[in-house]
Amino acid sequence: MTEALQELGALIAAKRPDCVLTFAVEHDELNVDVAPASLFGLIEFLKNDPSCQFSTLVDLTAVDYPSRAKRFDVVYHFLSMYQNHRIRLRVSIREEDMLPSIIDVHPSANWFEREVFDMFGILFSGHPDLRRILTDYGFRGHPLRKDFPTTGYTEVRYDEAEKRVVYEPVSLVQEYRQFDFMSPWEGAEYILPGDEKKDTP
Amino acid sequence: MMDGSKFDDVLTGEQKIRNFNINFGPQHPAAHGVLRLVLELDGEIVERCDPHIGLLHRGTEKLMESRTYLQNLPYLDRLDYVAPMNQEHAWCLAIEKLTGVEVPRRASLIRVLYSEIGRILSHLLNVTTQAMDVGALTPPLWGFEEREKLMIFYERACGARLHAAYFRPGGVHQDLPDDLLDDIEEWAINFPSALNDIDELLTENRIFKQRNADIGVVTEEDIQDYGFSGVMVRGSGLAWDLRRAQPYECYDEFDFQIPVGKNGDCYDRYLCRMEEMRQSTSIIRQAIVKLREATGDVLARGKITPPSRGEMKTSMEALIHHFKLYTEGFHVPAGEVYCAVEAPKGEFGVYLVADGTNRPYRAKLRAPGYLHLQAMDYICKGHQLADVAAIIGTMDVVFGEIDR
Repeated sequence: MTEALQELGALIAAKRPDCVLTFAVEHDELNVDVAPASLFGLIEFLKNDPSCQFSTLVDLTAVDYPSRAKRFDVVYHFLSMYQNHRIRLRVSIREEDMLPSIIDVHPSANWFEREVFDMFGILFSGHPDLRRILTDYGFRGHPLRKDFPTTGYTEVRYDEAEKRVVYEPVSLVQEYRQFDFMSPWEGAEYILPGDEKKDTP
Repeated sequence: MMDGSKFDDVLTGEQKIRNFNINFGPQHPAAHGVLRLVLELDGEIVERCDPHIGLLHRGTEKLMESRTYLQNLPYLDRLDYVAPMNQEHAWCLAIEKLTGVEVPRRASLIRVLYSEIGRILSHLLNVTTQAMDVGALTPPLWGFEEREKLMIFYERACGARLHAAYFRPGGVHQDLPDDLLDDIEEWAINFPSALNDIDELLTENRIFKQRNADIGVVTEEDIQDYGFSGVMVRGSGLAWDLRRAQPYECYDEFDFQIPVGKNGDCYDRYLCRMEEMRQSTSIIRQAIVKLREATGDVLARGKITPPSRGEMKTSMEALIHHFKLYTEGFHVPAGEVYCAVEAPKGEFGVYLVADGTNRPYRAKLRAPGYLHLQAMDYICKGHQLADVAAIIGTMDVVFGEIDR
């Protein structure tokens, strides 16, 4: 399995050297890093090339790494039912970058791209209908970004006096608990009260 | 001129024919959950169909980022709540792939057994409620009777009828008692006759056929374009089943057939589901025979699983391990994997990005229903309004997994 994927990766890299940045096979899965500019062309190639035939878009999602300059990794999973293999494409983009929409090649990307836009705020150029999909009508912010709090910013309740649902800022009765389980032997950095004086002479 | 050649002035603005927009749902018995469809109708013909989803969005993926791997497991039950264990399975497989844990044989067989029970649970609900959507009342009553028995098997294995949390990374939570195996086997022997009863009610039923045959036809090209999986693929004649194509667990040692349809319409998908239930029953019986021989542990004892109860009470290290496992949780080496299982509704996948801590950095749950529902607009176009209910039914949508 791993050798076959290795061969496939080498084949794609040889045929489209301008698109593939690097490829690797890990856990029996083929990973290909792609530059945003050549993404559309590569996906079209993967769909039509007789030895690839990646005709099904299985999944499209993103991962947020706030510490990186290229903040988002957008991840595409493809499957070929004919050749029975899978591939994963990874594109790194900055927060302000746009990606080309792949709806023309894979119509199934429609909702996936809407979801990525909804959850991460990544824009897809050429998407016909880039609305929010999973969050509430009129929602603000992009929940799956790491800097978005798990509690959110607003909460809703039915107001008996006004006879309608009202939106209010979140008020927590008790602080949201986020425990730190890293043990001190595994390199957790604890800042004890008074420690900060050590560095300031 | 009064020769009748000019009619235009007769029509006032109000009489001009225009398309009609209706809201279908969010509270509609045929919507199978909280689905809001905005339908544009020309007479009774659907011209455009815009599903509004997300009414059941709970932010599962966000919540999962702040919980340990083990705490996240029950969230998977709440996705497709009709067949909960099949979802857990994908989660466990993803963790096992990253940590490189071998599942003991008995646990593997139990997983197959319960995955197939889940498949029957889901198909029974789908087939019978879809029949109800098109006008039959008896099938759901009979189907739910069988589902009830299966839920009791769920309960006897893990204590919960629905949200099982039974599959654990490294195996399954508890071993099955022998009498439970006997009871499941007895049920599996009798179930085909119950299935035949439903079959007699529906398969040759004139109304059922009229409502389903040639409705919602899916071609091979549509399957590729819209990313269909599961019965939506097999109903159109493609023998694509992950259990056979990319075997996981120990499905490769089971003997089963993959039913395929011919026309790709709602009726063929119904037939596929019926036959799949028969095949699953046969897998269940094979699994029970194998389980009687495979005695042994049901958890791969190690870092990611708890120590046995007896050991915990005698050994200090085991006690520490138990405490650490249920507070801190286990650490998963950094990496990313995608693991998919053939859930009853299609390919359910987990894309897991681990960063070496006790919590997933990112977990994406790939639900089959999401893609199926997306194609509503394409499939419903040109159908009658009444067919919308039949198509939603046959797509087998469950909003737990679509809205996440």
